[in-house]
Amino acid sequence: MSGTTNGNATYTADEMMSIAASRELRGGVVCFVGIGLPSEAANLARATHAPECSLIYESGTIGAKPEVLPLSIGDGELAENADSVVSVPEIFNYWLQAGRVDVGFLGAAQIDKFGNINTTVIGGDYDEPKVRLPGAGGAPEIAASAKEVIVMLRQSPRAFVEKLAFITSVGYATGGNSREKLGYPGAGPSVVITDFGILRPDPETKELTLVGLHPGATVEAAKEATGWKLKIADDLETTYEPEEKELQVLRDLKERTEAARKAG
Amino acid sequence: MAEIMELGEAVESLVSDGDSVAFEGFTHLIPFAAAHEVIRQGRRDLTLIRMTPDLVYDQMIGAGCASKLIFSWGGNPGVGSLHRFRDAVEKGWPESIEIEEHSHAGIANRYVAGASNLPFAVLRGYVGTDLPKVTSTIAPITCPFTGEELMAVPALEPDVAVVHAQQADRNGNVAMWGITGIQKEAVFSARRSIVTVEEIVDEFEPRPFQIVLPSISLDAVSVVPNGAYPSYAHDYYPRDNAFYEAWDPIGRDRGKFEVWMARHVFGVEDFAEHLRSIEAEGMVKE
Repeated sequence: MSGTTNGNATYTADEMMSIAASRELRGGVVCFVGIGLPSEAANLARATHAPECSLIYESGTIGAKPEVLPLSIGDGELAENADSVVSVPEIFNYWLQAGRVDVGFLGAAQIDKFGNINTTVIGGDYDEPKVRLPGAGGAPEIAASAKEVIVMLRQSPRAFVEKLAFITSVGYATGGNSREKLGYPGAGPSVVITDFGILRPDPETKELTLVGLHPGATVEAAKEATGWKLKIADDLETTYEPEEKELQVLRDLKERTEAARKAG
Repeated sequence: MAEIMELGEAVESLVSDGDSVAFEGFTHLIPFAAAHEVIRQGRRDLTLIRMTPDLVYDQMIGAGCASKLIFSWGGNPGVGSLHRFRDAVEKGWPESIEIEEHSHAGIANRYVAGASNLPFAVLRGYVGTDLPKVTSTIAPITCPFTGEELMAVPALEPDVAVVHAQQADRNGNVAMWGITGIQKEAVFSARRSIVTVEEIVDEFEPRPFQIVLPSISLDAVSVVPNGAYPSYAHDYYPRDNAFYEAWDPIGRDRGKFEVWMARHVFGVEDFAEHLRSIEAEGMVKE
């Protein structure tokens, strides 16, 4: 989805996605943040309604307070004002695996109806893929051990697929109670935020179900952007439009980031 | 005990064809100067180990140094793909490369096992993913005390670890601070080690989150100012994000890549000349 004009504010679908994702982050939580869209949404939350949340990046920065969005997961900006900086084994073993992370905030290249994620290969087979993606990074263990997981990605038939070419990180596996059988400490993805709306797992089947639409988006368009037969909640909600403050803070953050990059 | 020596000499004496080599530095302090020296000296058939291959391995793979890559995230951070890495995996150019793929936690624990002289590490992860199907170095293991099923990964014991740091003292002790990632584990897991540093100082000052690698844990220390460029050295110089962006069209095209490498890596004596060479084309800021 591209630009949307609605009510009294003009904003893009991407801005709506970031704002909707930021609202999912409650104050005071410990959040393990992926780079890119999740980092943008997490820092928006920290700058608006959730100043108390602790952002952890896999480079070992705990309580990171970046003024501008990091381009990479290990930017100096993240270490500058952090509560602590620890080694990579420590961040994965003592923090993530030990259950000290409330929320894992992930992006994805592809997702299936049970919230499993692919960031490894697309098309062909593993040895001769059509597209070689970056791979796992920290995602498999974030998906495994964070108490809950928030996923955000743009919705399209190429990204929302019936069957993943590769399972890099586990959501609800094959649905139902199949994740529990894997023995992971974390509960799995609680929500998927897209540029169309909000999906949550069905309490029984764990199939991702459209529970909210962003203003201007339609059920038909969301279905078309999904590679499986998308289930729609009976009581479908409409996302609150971005508040002026949310838009202002998000745009300021992105402008500061852009300016910092140009100044290099 | 580390010997302070020229980088060329360190690579010459400590890195051989066919070695497994870990160049570590998690976004920060990536040892580009040492990698260029290895490329220039024409090392072949290396097993390259690194959590985030970054541009440094894009260049080494494209230059034909590697026959195998052990990694956990292979992208150009904030920009997109590593095209030389992808070309080697997808099309076998300049030669096909074997890959051994893990998660960050998997590689991190493999280094810890290697540094601890243990045969393997244990972690909660990988279960239900497709990674154990394609990576033979991931296997289930049962806890002998609780019966719990976990995953095991074998120790990494590279022939050589290469890292960059801010400072060394005159005895070859090395200080690094800021994000120190996996460097300590890489050094302690390896049989030999090379550290490049920004400068040599008489005495280390206390710095936040500083770690010190004692000289007795290292083999060679070489002074290479700006040796982590275009990545960054905390309190010395920032990451050149523009370079990472400018790399995309160069790395994307085999011909452009070869011209760039011929001019700026093979065609220069050392890293200082490399920096002057790219600066002349407007690719170094400041």
